Amino acid sequence: MDIREIIIEAIQTLTVNKLRTSLAVLGIVIGIGSVIALISLGQSSQLAVQNQIQSLGSNLLTVIPGAQTTGGVRGAQGGGTSLTLEDALAIGTSDQITTVSAVSPEYSARAQVTAGGNNTNTQITGVYPAYQTIRKIALSQGSFISAQDVASLGRVAVIGPQAAVNLFGEGIDPIGQIVRINGQTLRIIGVTVSKGGTGFSSPDDALYVPLTTAQKVLFGASHVSTIAVEAKSQEVMVQAQNEIGFLLLSRHQLSDPAEADFTIFSQNDILNTASQITSTFTTLLGGIAAISLLVGGIGIMNIMLVTVTERTREIGLRKALGAKGNLIITQFLVEATMLTAIGGIVGMILGVAISFVLSKLMSLPFAISPSAIFLAIGVSGVVGIVFGWYPARKASKLQPIEALRYE
Amino acid sequence: MIHASHLSKVYKTGVLETVALSDVSFDIKKGEFVAIMGPSGSGKSTLMHILGALDRPTSGTYILDGKNVGDLSDDALADIRNQKIGFIFQAFNLLPRTSALRNVSLPLAYAGMPKIEREERARKYLELVGLKDRMHHTSAQLSGGQQQRVAIARGLAMNPAILLADEPTGNIASSQSAEIMAIFQKLNNEGHTIVMITHEPDIAEHAKRIIFVRDGALRGDEVVKKRRIAK
Repeated sequence: MDIREIIIEAIQTLTVNKLRTSLAVLGIVIGIGSVIALISLGQSSQLAVQNQIQSLGSNLLTVIPGAQTTGGVRGAQGGGTSLTLEDALAIGTSDQITTVSAVSPEYSARAQVTAGGNNTNTQITGVYPAYQTIRKIALSQGSFISAQDVASLGRVAVIGPQAAVNLFGEGIDPIGQIVRINGQTLRIIGVTVSKGGTGFSSPDDALYVPLTTAQKVLFGASHVSTIAVEAKSQEVMVQAQNEIGFLLLSRHQLSDPAEADFTIFSQNDILNTASQITSTFTTLLGGIAAISLLVGGIGIMNIMLVTVTERTREIGLRKALGAKGNLIITQFLVEATMLTAIGGIVGMILGVAISFVLSKLMSLPFAISPSAIFLAIGVSGVVGIVFGWYPARKASKLQPIEALRYE
Repeated sequence: MIHASHLSKVYKTGVLETVALSDVSFDIKKGEFVAIMGPSGSGKSTLMHILGALDRPTSGTYILDGKNVGDLSDDALADIRNQKIGFIFQAFNLLPRTSALRNVSLPLAYAGMPKIEREERARKYLELVGLKDRMHHTSAQLSGGQQQRVAIARGLAMNPAILLADEPTGNIASSQSAEIMAIFQKLNNEGHTIVMITHEPDIAEHAKRIIFVRDGALRGDEVVKKRRIAK
């Protein structure tokens, strides 16, 4: 018998014993499918966490008024008045600053907003156009605050989806609607995409107006409450922090950094936490993968051991009819390889499908890990083939008469 | 055809030694139909395993068709079983859920015969045992007698030196036993050498010669005087 005939013989044996074959394939499918589904789902969650952190804005430095050091009396955050629009413009234009790509001066306050008969208390943020890129604001409709709006003290606003529902109700197009804030009327020109998140400062329950309009028309303030700065890259965050610190100290005529009347936060703290979460995730995933591989491997081992041992008498008969030991081993090896190949492909499809459906149900991003697929198929394949081969080898070494008598 | 001289077989389990066969000698010539008779535990199965090259004797020589079987390797024994011996087992030992045709083709495949020739031969022997219409039936679709006829066709397929039957009627209805014996006698008339193991005297009387075995030793060797002819 040549290998082609052995393969045909193996296909016949597998198709003739449908129940046995499907049980073996099922064992392998579950082994491989569960590993792929678990690992992919874990990676989806990991990706979701990363995306959420990214959506806060990466490479972000936040300058707020007030001293960094504790001790002495300190105003509430955002209550200080030491930062001005000029400070922000200086950060954007000064020769001393080499590592900054965008600057967004912001003035935030809460106010009562009314539209028609509805009113709501919400966060009003005066912004420059750069706010949109730095804070990663996406619009579902209309346009964001433009430089022209800022220059002309435009009576326009961009509204968050939650605030839009609060003011105009469901299903009403907010574009072109008029809202009143502190006795002034503003026209809605854009609606932001929902970012998720709830609570007091949800980005969905907010109104964005030109910074100049907020300062001069609505609230009568001359300072800014925050300057958000985007560094050119992750690597220059510390350098950017230092450059901004020195620039602001000299602008505020201070010589001792300890006396600084502002504080610079970096995104590093958040990123550090994130990478800790990520590494915990990775460890957890490794554990889950190891356990599912073990369980899957044992399942495959069992089904192969049982199906081959069950066929000891058949092996005895084949030997009595003149089959040599090597031929028996080759035949079982071919059968085991086919079983694991079929089970591997079906298990892979099933695993990918399960992780796809689950990630959609849990609204996670869908991630497929090729290494998980290789690992699952590799380990299950080796286990399936080894435990298909080992009992067959044992049986092929028996004297045919012992194999024939085997119960 | 068969030359057995001083065959002994001793099984060792721990310190216990069981003598299954001691100093058995006989010759079987081409064209003979021999029944080996004896009660269970007499050693007739052990003798059959040695004659079938399924097992090696502890001592003594066994020459089959001019070849000394005692000192062959496992693979060479497999070739002997494939080419020189046609087995017919008490429990038929057909591959389950497999057609009669494929069962009969199996030893031909192990001999390396091309597929077309194999099927042709398998058909020929299935016709010979009267199963022309049931070539594609699986064992579950056949009666005991029909399954044993498939096994006979399989035993004949390689045109072996001897047909070795171990209680061929042990698992089938007595009404069908006669069919099997009729086939054996017909094959013997055509020149096939048959060695049949049985404990039933009326089955043994279908043969031309009976060898009696008891307690692992030869107790008699006689020609059947009033031979039964099965129809």
